[in-house]
Amino acid sequence: MKFDTPATTNPIDQLKVIGKPTDRIDGPRKTSGTAAYAYERNDVGANQAYGYVVGAGIAKGRITAIETARARAAPGVVGVLTAANAGKLGKGQYNTAKLLGGPEIEHYHQAVAVVVAETFEQARAAAALVRVTYAPAKGAFDLAAAKGGATKPKDGEPDTAKGDFAGGFAAAPVKLDQTYTTPDHAHAMMEPHASIAAWEGDKVTIWTSNQMIDWGVGDMAKTLGVPKENVRLISPFVGGGFGGKLFLRADALLAALAARQVRRPVKVALTRPMMFNNTTHRPATIQRIRIGAGRDGRITAIGHESWSGDLPGGGPETAANQTRLLYAGADRMTAHRLAVLDLPEGNAMRAPGEAPGLMALEIAMDELAEQLGQDPIALRVLNDTQVDPEKPERPFSQRQLITCLRTGADRFGWSRRSARPGQVRDGQWLVGMGVAAAFRNNLVMQSAARVRLDAEGNVTVETDMTDIGTGTYTIIAQTAAEMMGVGLDKVRVRMGDSAFPISAGSGGQWGANSSTAGVYAACMKLREAVAQKAGFNSADVEFAGGRVRAGGRSMTLAEAAGPAGLVAEDVMEYGDLDKKFQQSTFGAHFVEVGVDVDTCEIRIRRMLAVCAAGRILNPKSARSQVIGAMTMGAGAALMEELAIDHRRGFFVNHDLAGYEVPVHADIPHQEVIFLDETDPMSSPMKAKGVGELGICGVGAAVANAVYNATGVRVREYPITLDKLMKHMPQVA
Amino acid sequence: MKAFTYERARSPGEAAAAMARLPNARFIAGGTNLLDLMKLQIETPAHLIDVNGLALDKIEPTGDGGLRIGALVRNTDLAADRTVRRDYAVLSRALLAGASGQLRNKATTAGNLLQRTRCPYFYDTAQPCNKRQPGSGCSAIGGVSRQLAVIGTSTACIATHPSDMAVAMRVLDARVETVRADGQTRAIPIAGFHRLPGDTPHIETVLEKGELITGVSLPPPVGGEHIYRKVRDRASYAFALVSVAAVVQRDGTGRVAVGGVAHKPWRVEAAEGAMPSGARAVAAQLFAGAKPTPENAFKLPLAERTLAAALAQAKA
Amino acid sequence: MINPSDIEISRRGLLLAGAGSVAATASPTSLNAQAPGEPAPVMAKVTFEVNGEARSLDLDTRTTLLDALREHLKLTGTKKGCDHGQCGACTVIVDGRRINSCLSLAVMHEGDEVTTIEGLGAPDRLHPMQSAFVKHDGYQCGYCTPGQICSAVAVLDEIKAGIPSHVSASLTAPSEVTEAELRERMSGNICRCGAYSNIVEAITEVAGKRA
Repeated sequence: MKFDTPATTNPIDQLKVIGKPTDRIDGPRKTSGTAAYAYERNDVGANQAYGYVVGAGIAKGRITAIETARARAAPGVVGVLTAANAGKLGKGQYNTAKLLGGPEIEHYHQAVAVVVAETFEQARAAAALVRVTYAPAKGAFDLAAAKGGATKPKDGEPDTAKGDFAGGFAAAPVKLDQTYTTPDHAHAMMEPHASIAAWEGDKVTIWTSNQMIDWGVGDMAKTLGVPKENVRLISPFVGGGFGGKLFLRADALLAALAARQVRRPVKVALTRPMMFNNTTHRPATIQRIRIGAGRDGRITAIGHESWSGDLPGGGPETAANQTRLLYAGADRMTAHRLAVLDLPEGNAMRAPGEAPGLMALEIAMDELAEQLGQDPIALRVLNDTQVDPEKPERPFSQRQLITCLRTGADRFGWSRRSARPGQVRDGQWLVGMGVAAAFRNNLVMQSAARVRLDAEGNVTVETDMTDIGTGTYTIIAQTAAEMMGVGLDKVRVRMGDSAFPISAGSGGQWGANSSTAGVYAACMKLREAVAQKAGFNSADVEFAGGRVRAGGRSMTLAEAAGPAGLVAEDVMEYGDLDKKFQQSTFGAHFVEVGVDVDTCEIRIRRMLAVCAAGRILNPKSARSQVIGAMTMGAGAALMEELAIDHRRGFFVNHDLAGYEVPVHADIPHQEVIFLDETDPMSSPMKAKGVGELGICGVGAAVANAVYNATGVRVREYPITLDKLMKHMPQVA
Repeated sequence: MKAFTYERARSPGEAAAAMARLPNARFIAGGTNLLDLMKLQIETPAHLIDVNGLALDKIEPTGDGGLRIGALVRNTDLAADRTVRRDYAVLSRALLAGASGQLRNKATTAGNLLQRTRCPYFYDTAQPCNKRQPGSGCSAIGGVSRQLAVIGTSTACIATHPSDMAVAMRVLDARVETVRADGQTRAIPIAGFHRLPGDTPHIETVLEKGELITGVSLPPPVGGEHIYRKVRDRASYAFALVSVAAVVQRDGTGRVAVGGVAHKPWRVEAAEGAMPSGARAVAAQLFAGAKPTPENAFKLPLAERTLAAALAQAKA
Repeated sequence: MINPSDIEISRRGLLLAGAGSVAATASPTSLNAQAPGEPAPVMAKVTFEVNGEARSLDLDTRTTLLDALREHLKLTGTKKGCDHGQCGACTVIVDGRRINSCLSLAVMHEGDEVTTIEGLGAPDRLHPMQSAFVKHDGYQCGYCTPGQICSAVAVLDEIKAGIPSHVSASLTAPSEVTEAELRERMSGNICRCGAYSNIVEAITEVAGKRA
């Protein structure tokens, strides 16, 4: 099915199942521990051996010798795989560094060997016996130092300009020119990267934890040098991804290679201390923002430049992208520059681009508001735009930013905020409120599904879509139930298997809208098949209550399906509506913090998000996506930073004690409001994404609240007490 | 983790003797730090002596009106003990500020005293570390050091002792009771129990080979306001950037020890005379000769501010 | 009770270069050393009760309680998130107390009673805490969830038993079920999906029903 004209009324609009807060259909399994994640598939591939990965001990250089004899001779060891005996390997389309290093080492903890043994304990002990000798090479590990040599990235659209930014900014009566920094962030999902691989002849099956099944199949095939049809990936449960499991990673590749070498199934999980340097991360940024405005607060010129680094061949963190679309202003520019760094591979993490970009831009707006003596909400309202400011002929399909801000202001009690910072005290706490706009584009991705109707009237959906905690099982079941006129109890959803039709996958907050649209397409086909089988004229057919009705006649779906059942498969493809209309999601984040007047510890007291993101398919799981993103945004604001040793070139705090993410005690009750919205330009579902919108702007809302509480402006994330303390009043 | 043999000890003396006899053996109780380190081969014992069966899990009054805490008393039980809560509240508070509920349920009194530094370079076996591998150098000096020590450091090591409990015990003048392999017992004042790194940062306490901690005794209660103030970026389940254990009397006199700043709980008794004059005067003496790194220099003003907060809280 | 001073420094130090590690000095270098052959695994028998059922295992002494559950008893509901006591995904209840099963050797649990998530309830007969997590959407990816639920069940018992917490205003007053108390006590269970707000609502509901 092709979606190339705006959606009109369709079966989803019945909203009998869609749009209702619905408990997750996989909930009983997840809460009882019976949902099996990759490493737990004891039911597949008999006689599994354990692989333990050895990571490089230097950041850059060459292996001069790798001695594995002692590891091989260790008790229980069945094989040791290194680049020297792995055979010729390609590199995946989505990988920057090689997943098995040697002799060249591209980054710290790049895998250099996997030791396979009968038990985990034996593999771990033997892995410590692998001796690697290196010739280290000098590397670049400091973004600030490498910034001067950063160049314009080759791919994408690194720069944009409209009007005369330099002239406009110079002429503006009110100017802001500030630089902000965001550090490297780790996904730190709770389930480590893990895979079990088993070969049957020249075909390999990998039970893994991956967000994008088809990308994984393609890159596994490319790396192994085998046809894509010889690779099967199965990933029905994913213990968190956040972008860290978008790609083929070392666990899957090494499991496949090792299993081939030792001729039996092999399971491999990355250890937690290895994950931070072995896998990908969100790159640090340095961002310069210049905004020129009239004394009335109208922005006349806006410029946003962002510098980030990556390994050779990598890409930039597109932190200036949202500035192309968020606020009005005639003279504009954005630019991204990319430095070569020899740190581990930078790549996508929840809302790549916007998450760090808004951390900077939305502080800048707060600073500008203060400079103008305006309310930060009023300033944002004043500079709203209903069209793409770089291409004014492109309207937004929906844009309710102002309503988000105003609704939130009412609900949060924004009017009680003191415009002057450092004025509100509650016992030992200095209290402040902050606001930030949330913005994230809505991407649509082709997605396919197969739907079966059996003789009992059960509907089974099959798609290689993944549920990474997003609630996808449930919204797909809701979609199928709505389309086929059955209850949720009659729907089964099978996902995450490359044997199923290729879906959009989970990334870029496109999953919910795109994957359900694919199911919609398949269900439309199944409805036709049912109507035809029943002998109904498909134009006026109605599906409800487990029955199909037309022209006064009706029969159960079970009867229509017959003993053989019916099956339909289709793919949702997209025309150019996303070119004609700018499709984005909007929101407003409100945060209240307390700052301890003595220790300068910062604690969040209240959080509210108001989101306008098209139709909300399941308000219960969508709300969870938003509060989860708010939590990650709070972490980014206050504690998360991969600390770099600039001499040795690695992330030093590479475990969950060193890389602090928020715990229960950091997060207060969180409130989320979804504005009533449907977006007929996005898909027949009229939905968009929320999982990334929820993190966009949170960091700045926290930062602005800290400023409001203390009068101290910190422009280097994370905002920790040491950065505040030097500017805080002395205590007695 | 290297393979090891395992035995359950039946008496403290027997445990100490076994430890002295066997090469490369370790006692194990809660295991929450030892196993963590064994998985990374930072600790590589060939033999583990499980001391959990030694009946050292009582909290009982001493003849002089103090309290004796068995070595195996779990952190949870010590924090929740009625007498400790009433008479040694700083100890309860310090314990409750540390780790997580799960860890406190396992971790023991003696194990807490003996836990090793959380310096990230100590934990990364690919990096030089004089504590882990004497003579290899200290990567933390000139490296990532925000969490690390500001005083009592050496050119060999800037690690901190991570315990909260030990800071409170230091302010309470606890004594560490042990039995040696020859059956001799002794009581080591906690002030002298932990060592500064010097040029042997791998030697962290004055315990001798085979010496087993059997308990910790606290002197009779000293009264006063008991305060434990722990400062960290994360609101819970994080090691201290700085912590202050204080016992403050009505007249403003008292005692103070600081955590998160040194290789041992940091207390300078001479500085306590300045307590009635306020935090600045105390801090000036406490931290005389401090050698922070650029990354952790903030700990000095932070400690002073935290102490000020503690003193104000005591007054309130 | 580990006495660091009795470490055999020189030899051990050299053996420690593990996991393919060397110092990243400017010249080619290796900390390898002469080392004896790896000792064979030591096996030990342990018998404990898991979810009410007596289980006997012959295990490598290095096996943690977590790996005994997951890899030997195939009770994979208990999760390995960090294997170092830094996340809480491996939380189980042993003799009525919650612990990190990753930081405990299986052989040290002779005679113990272990309750895992599978012992609390099953999909068709969920424990009230499990039902409350479903109702309040107190999870997303589900990986930390069994640990959160085991912890939550134990936390309510800890409050009932009067064990104070870091945020208890008084050390001597009875413990209360407040949001602040639950947040502090649950902080040893990290949820990167960020379901905290919902988890506290789920626990609060169960606590209310109990009272």
